[in-house]
Amino acid sequence: MIRGYEISHLLAGVMLVTSFALLYQERIAAVLKTFAAQSVALALAVAWAAYTQDRSELFITALIALCLKGIVIPVALYRMVVRLGIHREVEKVVGVGIALMVGLALTGLAQALLLKVVQGTAGHAREDLALALAIVLLGFLMMILRRNAVTQVVGFMSMENGLILAATGARGMPLVVEVSVAFSVLIALFVFAVFVFRIRERFDTIDIEALDRMRGDAR
Amino acid sequence: MSTSPAMQFLAQGAQMFLVLLIAPLTVGVVRRVKARLMRRQGTPLLQGYRDLAKLLRKESVVAENASWLFRAAPSLIFALTWVAAALVPSFASGLMFNWAADVVALVALLGAARMLLALAGMDVGTGFGGIGSSREMMIATLAEPAMMLIVLTLAIAAGTTRLSGVADFFIAEPLAVRVSLALSLVALVIVALAENARIPVDNPVTHLELTMVHEAMILEYSGRHLALVEAASYLKLVLYLSLLICLFAPFGMAPAAAGIGGWIVGLLAWTAKLLAGAALLGVWEVSIAKMRVFRLPDFLGIAFIFGFLAILMAFLTRGAVQ
Repeated sequence: MIRGYEISHLLAGVMLVTSFALLYQERIAAVLKTFAAQSVALALAVAWAAYTQDRSELFITALIALCLKGIVIPVALYRMVVRLGIHREVEKVVGVGIALMVGLALTGLAQALLLKVVQGTAGHAREDLALALAIVLLGFLMMILRRNAVTQVVGFMSMENGLILAATGARGMPLVVEVSVAFSVLIALFVFAVFVFRIRERFDTIDIEALDRMRGDAR
Repeated sequence: MSTSPAMQFLAQGAQMFLVLLIAPLTVGVVRRVKARLMRRQGTPLLQGYRDLAKLLRKESVVAENASWLFRAAPSLIFALTWVAAALVPSFASGLMFNWAADVVALVALLGAARMLLALAGMDVGTGFGGIGSSREMMIATLAEPAMMLIVLTLAIAAGTTRLSGVADFFIAEPLAVRVSLALSLVALVIVALAENARIPVDNPVTHLELTMVHEAMILEYSGRHLALVEAASYLKLVLYLSLLICLFAPFGMAPAAAGIGGWIVGLLAWTAKLLAGAALLGVWEVSIAKMRVFRLPDFLGIAFIFGFLAILMAFLTRGAVQ
């Protein structure tokens, strides 16, 4: 008999693996596809939590995750990338090996931290929290390591995926907060988009190293 | 029905010859599936046996400057691989020598065989042998850490590194989806592909100088020497398929004291799973292209990452259960 929490762990595990895939991936179109896959896994995880915990409002969260992050945002980003003419570009990611090692260390850190902090609470929620924290940290790492503005946006969005996963595991976040977070993320996407185009207009590239040069601390 | 020591001994012996007998057939199935998917006629299923028989009859040509190592290596490689393959539980767990069938011992036996093969590849001093040995060692240094991580994950889950013990544990355990085991399954499949010189890592059917790894090392061998090396590589394929079956799909395997009836059921299940695994390998091989040698560290790095994540997950689950 397969128990309920095993499915939710499996889905959270799939999300963690896609986070690593995001760190590893060099092609921008593939990064967007991987992000979409992560969001679909998130939607499934949230829907499963809604089903097992009898919390029907979570189905709305799952639907929002599926529509916004699984479809709308990746498609919008892909269109943007096509308009910028960089959809075939291979972003040179520096030190994939080191990035993955740091990612592993962060995953370990998240687990060590969670095992210490929430001692005594229900075991399965704790595991989901540890996985969610790892996904958040990996999103951070991606934002730090990438030099392309679009992939940085993807890092931000995947971090937000981790946050939603944490919120569903913790039986906390009310629906109002959930909806407002979803919309603020959407607005963040628009802001990012405007910025990316502005950066491109000004510097003819969206490699954010150009900003360093403008600020005067070029290497 | 319990079994006497004599029966146990016979069963262990039967397993030993069973793996040797079925190995060429397994390779035959892989080749046949590949050929059929490419719409070729393909070789007969029993071609492996014929190849070995032919090679054993042929004269063995040895280079002038070959040392004793070159002559001794094939027998030693074959012996080490055969022992390793005979130790992996196939139709029944808890056979006579099951205490020796430890995953760490298995890795050590295969490591010794690999070292001999690499030395033999360099012995005659041809360029190809050297290239093959150096690449084989690169693959080994990347695959073995991943393998050890998988072993540790299983040890955490089952509480032992003995293969029989692990198989017993998973047979007794109710069916469960565990993230750590799913991750280590992926990692073990990647390691198995690398160790058996299978397609994304090495192509077993070409002798193209830029890409070959395993074939480059054994290029100088002929006759019965080549037969032994080839048989060892067939055995290694059976070993890894058997290992995957034993660890991740042990259903139908007979417990230690099942007696002949249980053993026969176990045997049928194991043979079916082994041949199905071989067919899957054939499908995999036609559906993917070989990688450049310089991309191999990335591919095997995935196995390492998955193995490491599996260990982290295993610790996490254990922490939660306590």
